[in-house]
Amino acid sequence: MASTLPVEHELRRVIGDGAAVPDGEVDGLGEDDYLALYRSLVLLRTYDERSVIYHRQGRIGTYAIYWGHEAMQVGSFHALGDEDWIFPSYRESAIGLLRGMPPETILSWWRGHPAGWWNPADYNLASICVPIATHVPHAVGLAWGKRLKGEDACAIAYFGDGATSEGAFHEGANFAAVMRAPVILFCNNNGWAISTPVSAQTRAQALADKAVGYGIPSARVDGGDVLAVFEATREAVARGRAGEGPTFIEAVTYRAAPHATADDPSAYIDAELVAEARANECLGRYEGFLRRQGLLDDTLEQEIKGSAADLMRAGIAAAEAQPAPDPGLLFEHALVDPPASFQTDLSELRRIIGG
Amino acid sequence: MAERFLVEAVNDALHVEMERDDAVLVLGEDVGRAGGVFRATAGLLDRFGPDRCVDTPLAEAGILGSAVGLCMAGFRPVCEMQYDAFSYPCLDQLITHVGRYRWRTGGKMTFPLTIRMPYGGGVRAPELHDDSPETYYVHTPGIKVAIPATAADAKGLLAAAIRDPDPVVILEPKLVYRTERSEVPEGEHVVPLGKARLVREGADLTLVGYGAMVSVCERAADELDASVEVLDLRSLKPLDEEALLASVRKTGRVVLVQEAPRTCGYAAELAAILAEKALLDLQGPVLRVTGYDVPYPYWSIEDAYMPSVARVVDAARRLLEF
Repeated sequence: MASTLPVEHELRRVIGDGAAVPDGEVDGLGEDDYLALYRSLVLLRTYDERSVIYHRQGRIGTYAIYWGHEAMQVGSFHALGDEDWIFPSYRESAIGLLRGMPPETILSWWRGHPAGWWNPADYNLASICVPIATHVPHAVGLAWGKRLKGEDACAIAYFGDGATSEGAFHEGANFAAVMRAPVILFCNNNGWAISTPVSAQTRAQALADKAVGYGIPSARVDGGDVLAVFEATREAVARGRAGEGPTFIEAVTYRAAPHATADDPSAYIDAELVAEARANECLGRYEGFLRRQGLLDDTLEQEIKGSAADLMRAGIAAAEAQPAPDPGLLFEHALVDPPASFQTDLSELRRIIGG
Repeated sequence: MAERFLVEAVNDALHVEMERDDAVLVLGEDVGRAGGVFRATAGLLDRFGPDRCVDTPLAEAGILGSAVGLCMAGFRPVCEMQYDAFSYPCLDQLITHVGRYRWRTGGKMTFPLTIRMPYGGGVRAPELHDDSPETYYVHTPGIKVAIPATAADAKGLLAAAIRDPDPVVILEPKLVYRTERSEVPEGEHVVPLGKARLVREGADLTLVGYGAMVSVCERAADELDASVEVLDLRSLKPLDEEALLASVRKTGRVVLVQEAPRTCGYAAELAAILAEKALLDLQGPVLRVTGYDVPYPYWSIEDAYMPSVARVVDAARRLLEF
């Protein structure tokens, strides 16, 4: 019987503060890698900020904001290979951008338009999971299946702190350990499940402690430190590829934005902590790091941010240019071989609404 | 052709389909070492190994949820739910993902998974080993549902489910697992989903049932002094609507029989179809003989709950005298 797994409660950090705390480094990363991380951070940040504006303009529907979560998504993503599968929650809705998915696909998803559908196999990216934690067993099944086929691929499932209270998380975590599935259970602990603080979610000292009961090794990282997240995820991927099974990563941050565009957190959140989190947000921290390393100047920053903004402008234009879907789509795609009643229903609908 | 019990036919189908297609993988509680609590999966572990006949942790949502991921990895998982009522924890996965995932991908990714489980009452078992949950499954878009009444159909419908590109739930009538015994074709045997079975022809009245209720209907037909047709639906979704309507055109009288509670049960859907499409063929009201709208009872009084031959005969006589 293995002894109880140790949990490091201290958050792992690489990026310093430019003063008392020195910057660390990550083995094996060169200048291009550091800048690739930056481009990804800017891309996700730009998508998020533009999406909130598009929502206010009535151009997309309700949108789940991820402002301040970019380092968790980018750091973990860059530790993956193309063959690895991503299982996003709604908080990671735009992570497909990092795999080359056009922004109009994701914008269409938030516009409730079928141009937002994609084939998961095209990007090794599962559909956006709306219910909480129910995609965790999917990631486990995929990773387990890849292992059974002798393939190298891992899977990563993203979920929030609240998801660790759901049965699907626990069943998935236990399955992952028992099946030795090469899966990374990536918890973005932003302190809040809409209005429920993590202190009301669990009596565990840390969410990473939950992994101990399943025999799953865990790491706790500063979720605002893209390099620390990258390093921890790289270790988890290596463990998965080596046949050592799953890893739980708890990345900690503070939710500095509303849960979604429909939420007003002023009723429940700690304004001081929000202000602190905003002042210490992940993109600015990484820019400070890059500047201290001499890897970023104003010209490059403006160029990278400009091209991300251009991509978004083109993306929303393409999404808005999509024709309205035909009502016939109601009856397509749920089944390979639909029943005859679908045709009858559609004919009747067309007779009434025309078209 | 050999005679087999219904549960042996299930086992036969699993052997044949796993032999035929390496992508087929059986997973569930006690399916490997024990061969299933009803021995439906006996022999699979020895024949196909622990990677294709998988004893899982005791977690139904985990079984079905990981099966979704296995589909994405290219497998055709066959999930066993140990009992009808033990499948309720997997309804979350079924409703939120299994019935929706293909749609969500714009039809670009298929989820060819099968869920099979023993269902139904009359077996003198503790609470929650007796339910007839078919309506929950039938009501879920994107899911097909079939229920065999004979050994040959148990094999053929399960084979069809495993080969089907969409998710299929197979409910196996455990009451007749080891009493229904009949000829089962050797080797590959597929009964297409969506085709009812005309059990016996008649001119005066149609008894419609599925699963363990088919033999109740047959025995009731024997007792009635009339020409009685018995229709075994076999597939609830898709439904062989034409077979139902054709029978009613002939007899004009229908009694629908199900074990599940009455309200919004499958018989209610059949009655609605008859009201919409067969009104002028009917010689009397459509009658239902069903379980009652109560929790499935303790087994000392379960015979009073289960639709019996006497209750079906009573309904049929009322209708014939209408």
